[in-house]
Amino acid sequence: MTQTAKTQDISSQHYNFAYLDEQTKRMIRRAILKGIAVPGYQVPFAAREMPMPYGWGTGGVQVTAAVIGKQDCLKMIDQGSDDTTNAVALRTFFVKTTGVETTTKTKEASIIQTRHRIPEEALTENQVLVYQVPIPEPLRFLEPRETETRKMHALEEYGLMHVKLYEDIAKYGHIATAYAYPVMVQDRYVMDPSPTPKFDNPKMDQMEALQLFGAGREKRIYAIPPHTKVVSLDFEDHPFEVNQFEEPCAICGAEGAYLDEVILDDHGKRMFVCSDSDFCEDRRAAGHVGHLGTNPLEAEGND
Amino acid sequence: MSNTPKTKILVSDLAKTFTMHLQDGLEIPVVSGVNFSVASGECVVLGGPSGSGKSSILKMIYANYRCQKGQILITDQDEIINVAQATPRRIIRLRENTIGYVSQFLRAIPRVPALTLVAEPLIAQGVAEEEALARAGKLLARLNVPQRLWQLPPATFSGGEQQRVNIARGFIAHYPILLLDEPTASLDAANRAVVVELVEEKKEQGVAMVGILHDHDVRDAIADRIVDVTSFASAA
Amino acid sequence: MSAVNQGTEDLPLLQVSNTTKLYGGRIGCKDVSFDLYPGEVLAIVGESGSGKTTLLNCLATRLTPTSGSVSYRNRMDQMRNLYEMSEAERRMLMRTDWGFVHQHPADGLRMTVSAGANVGERLMAVGARNYGNIRDTATDWLGRVEIAEDRIDDDPRAFSGGMRQRLQIARNLVTSPRLIFMDEPTGGLDVSVQARLLDLLRGLVADLGLSVIIVTHDLAVARLLSHRILVMRHGHVIESGLTDQVLDDPQQSYTQLLVSSILQP
Repeated sequence: MTQTAKTQDISSQHYNFAYLDEQTKRMIRRAILKGIAVPGYQVPFAAREMPMPYGWGTGGVQVTAAVIGKQDCLKMIDQGSDDTTNAVALRTFFVKTTGVETTTKTKEASIIQTRHRIPEEALTENQVLVYQVPIPEPLRFLEPRETETRKMHALEEYGLMHVKLYEDIAKYGHIATAYAYPVMVQDRYVMDPSPTPKFDNPKMDQMEALQLFGAGREKRIYAIPPHTKVVSLDFEDHPFEVNQFEEPCAICGAEGAYLDEVILDDHGKRMFVCSDSDFCEDRRAAGHVGHLGTNPLEAEGND
Repeated sequence: MSNTPKTKILVSDLAKTFTMHLQDGLEIPVVSGVNFSVASGECVVLGGPSGSGKSSILKMIYANYRCQKGQILITDQDEIINVAQATPRRIIRLRENTIGYVSQFLRAIPRVPALTLVAEPLIAQGVAEEEALARAGKLLARLNVPQRLWQLPPATFSGGEQQRVNIARGFIAHYPILLLDEPTASLDAANRAVVVELVEEKKEQGVAMVGILHDHDVRDAIADRIVDVTSFASAA
Repeated sequence: MSAVNQGTEDLPLLQVSNTTKLYGGRIGCKDVSFDLYPGEVLAIVGESGSGKTTLLNCLATRLTPTSGSVSYRNRMDQMRNLYEMSEAERRMLMRTDWGFVHQHPADGLRMTVSAGANVGERLMAVGARNYGNIRDTATDWLGRVEIAEDRIDDDPRAFSGGMRQRLQIARNLVTSPRLIFMDEPTGGLDVSVQARLLDLLRGLVADLGLSVIIVTHDLAVARLLSHRILVMRHGHVIESGLTDQVLDDPQQSYTQLLVSSILQP
């Protein structure tokens, strides 16, 4: 905490709070408000150059910068984990430019910026989930003309979205789209949920937290207000299904959580562990152990 | 006007001129003052040398050619239609149900087999496809078209074979009015006899026919009356 | 070629009145008026630049006319001016009650999705959500346009020009439209492929009782497919009538020139 106080001093001398100037933040907030008012609709906004490359989450960062306040507690996730490069880099960015408190605990955070996952822990009405979005347009895969896709959204012409799912079934026998799985928001707009695994799609439905999506390169913001209907597209005879895992988490024994595959050696040995690192740690702290779970814990204890 | 109910066709004061715009608007008068009528069950043959306008008259009755002057009245059930003034749409309906045309030359349609080609007019009149094809087969057999040819498109048939397919197509459906444009031109005696039979059958059904026939034997066999077209030669 | 009988047949499906399209001071098409009836096939002929494609696009709502009106009788039997309808209604019409067959299949197909999805798209657009049914319908339509069933999962890039064109036709006909626009559908195909396509079109038009407006510069195509013909020159309709009448007894100087310019094989 003392270290945070020190960086705040530095930041206050060099940067406006949260890096962006106030006029820019105001502009982004207007886009966010519009997005909330029209759930699932992509609002264009004048995305700024950020001090990081496109693809690192410039959209999410701008959204977070526009909504963050001094009292907020920020959690930064990259693929479910708090300690991978993207999460660490962006957390450091906000610590440096805002001095806000950060956390890895889902429960403690008031703003969670995420790349490609939704926490396993159910979010509450006091939280905001900010998604980093690479390509906001779900129809682009089949219709490259932006003028046309905007018209299709305006006129609710969404047959094309099912063409994509049809192609999946024709090619693979089932809907093979496993991430960025398109959803219908409040029976009106088809939306790309960003490249989260489709496993997370059901969590978006009627979520208590506000969900904001920022695409920096594409200069689009969209939103799902709390308690909004979010339905994954499917066919009657090929209904939407979430990913199933054959074994529980190797470390905490969790079932029904989204797992990552970890390769252990070059003889094909592997394990499946929770992608949400905070969730996994919580479970271990509560005494849950997976079939490989003792080793990492003991190793940690030995250090 | 002998406009009795039995009159099917009444041509009055009909005139036709071709204007050849590509030859500085050269006007070629074909016929003028054409007057004749045809009754139900009657076959009227147009007489006169080549170039006297027989074919043009036939084509005007079928609305294939336009006319500059006059009327072509035909009875279509209880209606009297002036072909010279009728809308394209009305004429299409007339051609489907009322006026048939047997031309000299077959306009073959790519890939359509002879049997289907013959059956088409019946199908257009609402006859079930299966029955239409069966009747087409019977007629082709009667006109001595070998069965091995039935499923082939007639584009590659000999002139005589093509013409017999064309005759079958022209005679298969019932039209109260039938126009015959040299149907026997390249047929042998046996097939000419079949055509004569077909015409006789049509007469019995009350069909009014107008024909152009250069073959004297056939003409003598079927003509009830001969209208000399040279009398309509344009006075130009 | 047979026309449909009875019913609302005596009421036009499409009423075109004084349709004019100006490109600045230049005339695209001017004061074109005609009625199209159910089951009728109308050919628009003329040389390149005569305004036939401009006219077609004005009728098909792909190009807004400068003046004049185009009215269409919808399935509720109401005559509606196309250009007074909302864009949503027009686009709905385009993908349900209408079809548009482009000269280049790439303009009318999605080249990167399978043949089955190309045919199924319109069904999904109007709410079909049963994969099995969509696929069955697509299979049926591929059969009707003579594309082998085992090509259903291939994308059109793997198809020949003639197959692509047939696929485009199936894609358009799957929602049982009543009016089809065609822009040189046989252009660029070699003669045997063209013959097959024409035969197919002829059969489908007759079986389904479709109304068709077809733009072509090929008078033989017009003769084979159409009941009526409009001859265009410099944006004006200079002659119209029964197809065989116009082609066998052309009245206008330009039409006579067109007809006399046909090569006889």
